[in-house]
Parts: sequence; C-alpha cells; structure tokens
Amino acid sequence: MTADVLYDIRLSISYSYAHPAGASRSLLRMLPRATEAQDIVAGEVTVEPRPDYRRDGVDFFGNATSEVAHDAMLKEIRFGFDGRVRRRGMSDLLDLSSDLRELAAEIAHTRSIAPSSPHHFLGESPRIHLHKAIAAFAADAAAGTGSALATVEAVNSAVHGEITFDSTATDVTTDPLTAFEARRGVCQDMSHIMIAALRSLGIPAGYVSGFLRTDPPEGQPRLEGADAMHAWVRAWCGAEMGWIEIDPTNDIRAGQDHVMVGFGRDYFDVAPVKGSLRSMGPHQTTHSVDVVPVD
Amino acid sequence: MPDTSAAIAADIAALLADYAPPEGVADELLAPDGELRPVWRPLLETLLGETAEDLEHRFARGDTYLHDAGVYYRQYSGGGSNERDWPLSHVPVMIAANEWADLADGLKQRAELLERVMADLYGPGRLISEGHLPAELIARNPEWLRPVVGIRPQSGHFLHFLAFELGRSPDGSWFVLGDRTQAPSGSGFALENRMATSRVFHDLYPNAGVERIAGFFRGFREALNDVRSDGGGRIAILTPGQMTDTYFEHAYIARYMGLNLLEAADLRVVDGELTMQTVSGRVPISVLWRRLDSRSADPLELDEDSALGTPGLVSALRNGGMTMVNCLGSGVLEARALLAFLPRMARAVLGEDLKLNNIATWWCGQAAERAYVLENLERMMIGPALSTRLPFDLDATTALGGRFRDEARSPIEAWLEAEGTSLVGQEAVTLSTTPAMIGGKLVARPMVLRAFAARTADGWQVMPGGYARIGRTEDPTALAMQAGGSVADVWIVGGEAAEKVPHAQRPETPFLRRKQGALPARAADNLYWLGRYVERAETAVRLLRAYHLRLEEAGFRETELVSEFAAFLGRRGLDVSQPVPPGLVRLFEGARDGAAKIRDRFSLDGWMVLNALAEAAETAGEGIAQGDDTARQMSRFLGDLASFTGLVHDNMYRFTGWRFLVMGRAVERAQQMAVVVAAFAEGSFPPGGFEIAVETGDSVMTHRRRYAVETNRDTVVDLLVLDEGNPRSILFQLDILAEEEAAVAGPRGPREISEAARAILRLRTALATARPEDVDNARLLEIADEIGGISDALSAAYLG
Repeated sequence: MTADVLYDIRLSISYSYAHPAGASRSLLRMLPRATEAQDIVAGEVTVEPRPDYRRDGVDFFGNATSEVAHDAMLKEIRFGFDGRVRRRGMSDLLDLSSDLRELAAEIAHTRSIAPSSPHHFLGESPRIHLHKAIAAFAADAAAGTGSALATVEAVNSAVHGEITFDSTATDVTTDPLTAFEARRGVCQDMSHIMIAALRSLGIPAGYVSGFLRTDPPEGQPRLEGADAMHAWVRAWCGAEMGWIEIDPTNDIRAGQDHVMVGFGRDYFDVAPVKGSLRSMGPHQTTHSVDVVPVD
Repeated sequence: MPDTSAAIAADIAALLADYAPPEGVADELLAPDGELRPVWRPLLETLLGETAEDLEHRFARGDTYLHDAGVYYRQYSGGGSNERDWPLSHVPVMIAANEWADLADGLKQRAELLERVMADLYGPGRLISEGHLPAELIARNPEWLRPVVGIRPQSGHFLHFLAFELGRSPDGSWFVLGDRTQAPSGSGFALENRMATSRVFHDLYPNAGVERIAGFFRGFREALNDVRSDGGGRIAILTPGQMTDTYFEHAYIARYMGLNLLEAADLRVVDGELTMQTVSGRVPISVLWRRLDSRSADPLELDEDSALGTPGLVSALRNGGMTMVNCLGSGVLEARALLAFLPRMARAVLGEDLKLNNIATWWCGQAAERAYVLENLERMMIGPALSTRLPFDLDATTALGGRFRDEARSPIEAWLEAEGTSLVGQEAVTLSTTPAMIGGKLVARPMVLRAFAARTADGWQVMPGGYARIGRTEDPTALAMQAGGSVADVWIVGGEAAEKVPHAQRPETPFLRRKQGALPARAADNLYWLGRYVERAETAVRLLRAYHLRLEEAGFRETELVSEFAAFLGRRGLDVSQPVPPGLVRLFEGARDGAAKIRDRFSLDGWMVLNALAEAAETAGEGIAQGDDTARQMSRFLGDLASFTGLVHDNMYRFTGWRFLVMGRAVERAQQMAVVVAAFAEGSFPPGGFEIAVETGDSVMTHRRRYAVETNRDTVVDLLVLDEGNPRSILFQLDILAEEEAAVAGPRGPREISEAARAILRLRTALATARPEDVDNARLLEIADEIGGISDALSAAYLG
C-alpha cells in the first residue's frame, strides 16, 4: 500500500472571440469527483466574468456539473478549477475478474439501470460506434487471454502500441474510426478506440476525464497528456471485481498520478465545457493544467 | 313498407357488387356472415342511386374544403421535399359506439400503464430490478434520456397526450400495433378529415348521431390550463418549424386551440425559467406542448448537433417551473421491444391483465423467445428491437416470413444468434378492410386506425373517432400501409352521447377566445414582412399595368417613354418581355410563403386569397398578349390583392399582429412611393412620367379634382408625398406608422420614446412642413433611406 498524495490542481480553459458573442449558456464538468480513491480537500469551479446565472448539480453518472449563463455579449470567457485533492494510496491489483466467456451472462443478470450498471457501457453511445476494423483489432489483441482483466490489459497495450501520440493529428471532435485509421491521436482518441474495442469484445467500457501529475516523481519518465485534461478508460471486469481504470495513452493502470474528474460512456458525457456561445466568426481557446504534489 | 325496404336492399346489393373483402380477414362493413353491419346502413342509403356525377360532386365538396384550407403534408423523398395535397378517402369508417366504448376503456388502461412505466424508468427503476423488463432495453435505448432521470414533472405526470396505432384481427378484436408517446401527430388531421367529410356528407352528418370530436380538444385545452403551476402563465406549442412534415397540423392546432406556436428561436431559458421573446419583452411559459422529438430539444444536455433545440430546456424542466407535454424522454416507450413486456408489466404495475392486446412481440435477447421466433419464421416480421417505427414501416434490416429484405445478409439463424439482443420478432398480422370509393365503386381496402388519448382532470379521455389510414392495395397484411394510400375520418355512431345537432350549426366550431397575449417576436416579424411583400407586389402590379397601357398606346413601338419605362422595371427585377414576369410571380410566392409561416395567426380567407394568387400567377401569363390584354390581367391581380387587403382591414381582429402587418405595408408603400416619384418625376424622364407616377399612386381622380393645372412635378410631389389626406402619400404612411408604433409600444412617458418613434416623428415633421419645391430627387432618395432606417429601428425594438 502506497501513501496518500496531496495535489494542488489548477485548470483554466478560456475562449476569446473576434466578434463579441451573444447570450451564452455553458455546462461545466470540471470539479474532481469524490470517490473511494480520492477526495477533495478544497476547491471550486470559477467563471469569469461572473455569470448572471449559476446552478451547481450532479449529472446521471454522479459527476459534478455547473450550469452558467451570461446575458451580456462576451469577448472573453474563462472557466477554471482551483483546488487540492487527496489521492489515496493503492495496493496491487489482484485479478478477481471473470472469465471473458462468463461476462455476458453476468451482465444479463445485472438487473439495474443505476449509474454503476454495466449496461450503460455496451453498444453504441454518442461518440462510440461499432466498427468492424476496430472489432478485428480487438479480437487480435484479445487472442489467447482468458480473464476479463487480462483481456483489458492486452487491449490497453495493443492500443498504446498501435496508436502514436500526436497532438496535431486530431481534434476534440474526431471520431474514433478516423483516429484509428490514421493510427494517431491523443488521450481522447486512444480512450475512444479502446472503449470501442472492449465493447466489441462484450466488455463494458467507459470514459474517464481527469488530470495527470504534471512532473513525474524523481527518476520516472514524464507521462503523456499532462499538459491538458487527460482521459483514460474504465472497464467492467465482472460482478466480483467490478470497475477498473486503465490508461492506454501511457500503457499503465490509472494510479496515484491520475485524478478523476468524471466518468461516462464517452467524451460526450464528460466534456469539461459544453457551450452554446452564439459566436460570430472564429474563436481562440486556451487550455492549461497544473497538477503539483504538495510537499 | 316491405316493398321499399326490399328495393333498398336490392340497391345496396348493387352498390356492393364489387365489394369483396379478402378471405380470412375482418371487414368493417360486412359481418362474417356477409350481412351489412347496421352502423353502415345510413351511409350506404345516402349513396344509393347517386350517379357517378353526383358522387363526384359530393366528393368535390370535401376536396375543395381541403384545398381552400391549404391542408397539406410535407413529403420527403430523394433529395428534396414537397407539399402534397391531403389524400382524403371520402368514405368514413363507421364504428358502433358500444364497441368504441370498450376500445376506449382498453386505451385508458394502456395510457395509465405507460405513465406508470415511464415514471418508473425515470425514477426508481423497479420494473428492471424486479425483472419485469431487461435492463439493456432501456440502457441501450437512445430515447432513454439520462439527463431526465430523477426529474419529477411539475404537473405530477409525464404523459398528457398519446396516440395509438390500432388494427383489427381476423377474429374481430382490436389490437395495438404501436404506442405513440414521443410527440404524437394526427389529431389535427383528424379534425381536418372531419371538416372535409362532414361537407362530403353534409346531408347525412348532422343527423347521423355521430359523436363530435370538438369536446375532446376542449377538454384537453382545459386540462392544459389546469396544469399551469400558478394558475396563469402561457401555453405554447413547440414546432420544429415549417420544414417538418406535419407543420400544417401544428399551426392548425395552435389556431384551433388558441395557443402560441413557437420555434426554438422564440425560446430562451433565463434564470432557470423558460421564456419566449415577444414584442413586449420576455414572458415565461408554463406549459410547452412539444411537437419536437426529445433528443433535439436541448443541444446542451441532449443532441449537441441539434439546431432545433433550446439550450437549457432540460434544466428548466428540472427546475420545475414548467410542464412539458409530454415530458422529455417519453420516446423510450415507443421501442418495439417494450411491446413484448407490456403484458407482464401491466400485471406487475396495475395488477390487471391488458384489456387490449398489442401485436405479439418476442424479444430475441431471451433464448426461449429466440427459439420460438426461429421456429415460426414464416409468420414473423423481424426487425430492430429499439426501433420506434410501427411494425409496417419496414427497413432494410427487417426480415419477413423468413426472408430478408436485403438479400445480401447472412442466414437468419446466425443473425438471430449473433444480434438477438437487438432484435424482435413481431407477428406478421393482417388488418381489417373497410370501404373506399375507387373508380366509382366501393372496394375493400386494409386500414389502420390512430386513436388519441388526452389527460384531463377527470382522467384519460379518448377522442371519439380518430384518423384512419387506408391501404393503397388490397393486400391485407400490415405491409400495405407503408406504401402510402389515403386517410379517412372515423365516425362513432349510435351512442347516447351524440345528440342531434341542427343543420344550421357548424359541425365543429373552434370554441375558445384567444387571450390577447404578448405576440412572439418571430410571428410579428413574419406579419411585418407579409405586409411588406403584399405591398411590394401591389406596386409592381400597378407599374406593370401602367407599362402595358403605354405600350398599347404607343402601338407597340419602342418609344422613348416605353423603353425608359421598361428599363426602370428591368432594374426592379421585372422583365417585361413576359406578360407575367417571374419577378412578379416570386413576389406573390413571397407573400404566400410569408403567410404560410404564420398560419396559426392568420385568417383562412386571407390565406386562400394569397395562395390562389400565387398559384394563378404561374400560369396567368400563358396565351395572353402584351398591351391591353396583360393590363387587364394586372387589373385582376389588383382585384385579388384588394380583396386580401379588404379581409385584413375588415375581418382581422386588431391584435398586435395586425399592427405589424399594417406597419409593414406602410413602410413598404412609403419607400416604394419615394422611389417611384423620384424615377418618374425626374427631369430627364420622357414626357408622360408624371402621369405614370400619379397612376401608380392610384391617384388619378384625386389629382384631377384637386389641381386645376396639368400634372407637373409640384402637383405630383404634393399629392404623393406631402398630402396628409391621400392614403397613398408618404406622409399618410408616416401617420399610420406613428399611430401603430405608439399602440404597440403601449403607455409611455414623454421621454421614453423609442428610437423607431423618434425616426418616424423626425421624418413626419420634415414632410409636414415641406413645400413641394423642397423635395427634389436627391431629397426623395434620402427619404427612401430614412424609411429604411425606420424599418431597421422597428426591427431592433420589436422583432429581434
């Protein structure tokens, strides 16, 4: 069991518009969620300029949301999170997962549509469609594995090996098949590809948005995806083991360097900012993240 | 008198000579023993002895009504869409009141069950945890909207208005083919069918004991009033807009029930509350009758790409200040697979068996059901489990009777094994047949019936009647329904409730006085532009008439006057080489299309005039000569336009909307007049220009009476620009604008005058104090610009 780690986290996402934007409404998912693995010591989601309307809530999957609206025309808007999170210590993972062949029956016996139910995480979702090419890739990667966890790990490594990290090849709207065919992308693309792959094998899989520690502990390599919000995968490994988190971008289990903000079926469910800025013409976005351990 | 009845029986037999329902299906007209069902007798007796001509005349009454009323639906095919005439099958379907009462009873039970199922799926989810419904059918259903989970409707109910697609089995019992819970259409078309059919059978309908359907709408309107949270607040219908296939119906119901018809652009969520933009600012909405699919309703929480949505709508619903009819997410109940589980859910939820069966359905995600479907392939339709289409709306991924529609697919066994969880088998049902008059003969055609239920303070009420779809061919399998066909009214007869209604009384009259509420800004904008288009068309017609008279006078020679006139018209998009230039047709169409956008607030007669004008204009130029002939045609157009204007002035209630129509006309008339006077009173225009200006201003007689001199520039400007008594003058238009703008603005202090009012007052004062010689051509063009400025200011103040 490793020791707890405290992080100071600062996230800032801003938009500036060449032409002032009219009345706007945005839905934010930027506040890290409290889980068994982490809790929020302090912190809040901030909006500048101050919105005319704000309502904080929780979405279906339990992620924290803030709805904000501005009545006036805006040239610039900034959304941020500032806070401190305690990431709990971890122990090694024992493979308590089910045999892949048993998984379908276990899922069918899960009589629930509560947020934790695996049923939400199979089939298609707004950003995930099932593609033959990805399914064939998944079948190859899974060949010879037995347990659900072993399969998830094999697919994780395969995605990591197949897809080159390239922050210029895709954008936030790229669909998984395009990224897969280009064999390039960022954490969002790799996570989406892996989710599509796992679902094609019958393994319930979802999307996690969150943060990565900016600078690695001494003597360890810097992880990919630490400059902006990060994404990884959540997979259901059977009734006994439940959900595990795994990071295809870095080919590792999501560990103490990972801080979860929210989870859902895919990016659609957890986008940090969804907006309806009725803007005329181009806009610019800046996005920065700092995740620094507190000594 | 036995002789007479024997004669009638023989006549009826003759009328039914070609009526042969297929073997093995139920027929609405004939009982299994071949005897005429009693409910049909009065209808058949009405038709007895009518010649083909009589029938044609009879049916034409209904068709004329539909055509004049502009009833249409929009049909999408290939790359485009077009408006189609309403395909009325003139013979109504007759159903006995006692039979209908049983059916209605079954539908009420079903409505109650659907409400309870929806409340559970968006609430505790017990139907799933207790094993009455497989979780994946909900979790993978794109119509189950996670953002709606946990919302408790402010009215206490999720469902308020439902439709059911019904068929009749060979054994005579009714069954449900599908539940329409999302945003059911058809009730307005049922009303229109009733209007048309009661005209076709004008001699029978009033005394035939047919149950009226107006009361159903009255009851629902009252129910909508009752669910308002604060006992007040506005009720509106939300439509996807004019391009949707059933827009006509949305507009029709809005007008019939006195509700605002809104599009997403009218709506905004402010401080967690749904509001609409009106000419007097934002006002909250208490009840929104949604005719838009749930997923398109909010791009922030639902479909991101929807251009039809209102950001924050889900949030407003969550905040609880508003009732939505039906609540967002109701489409989840339409999935075919649910039909497989409704019978057991009825027992679990209501503790009762379903009174009314639905089409037998097997979800292939269960091994036993899958095996059953495989064993009975011959009588199965197999298709997507979560599809919300009705069973007869087949697509490429459907197999029927063991064969794929798409031949290229793998064997059915493998398909069911691999994709069973996403498939259902449904019994390949047959439908009953009903009479349709085709080629002068009564023939048997399959039908399905859409019935409607509305929630009222006294529980669910079922419309006594509905909307029948009649198959194009004799094929009695449900498949026949997908190829289109016709629609028919449904008469419920023989009950106690249907008191006889005297002849003189209109069959179904709108019943509610519209409360004069704030006018939605978009509707005001459309009315304003309608006024502008009609006036622009009128000026164009007057100019064209003047031109063709000059052409005739000149003996068709290219005089300087004629060619200058033609050039002026050409610059205005009116190509005089054709008697009715395409530019003029476009103006008429513009007026008609403008009126089409606001049919909910527009008189039917006014619409009919504009529609007829636009239709006539397309062909009016064929076979007529330039000169006098064309001038006469232009006079006819002017007559039509005058009847429109007359209807607007004499018949349209002075709502705020009327004021915007009038302001649009005044702005356009003033601007046109400035341009016309500038062009024709210009020194360089050939002699005769002054007269053209006066003629275009319809002021020839006035000019003669008022001025002792020949027409000259000063008299033209005096009469057409500065004369406050001439309804064609610019100053007169400014008086209208000042008055109407003040009425729209409402009470205000002397210093609270709007930009628009300021601009109107400035120009009005300038013209009131000007002398004819002050108004040279440069000044006229300035005036035209200033009027453009007034128009902009009006738009900014009221129409944004």
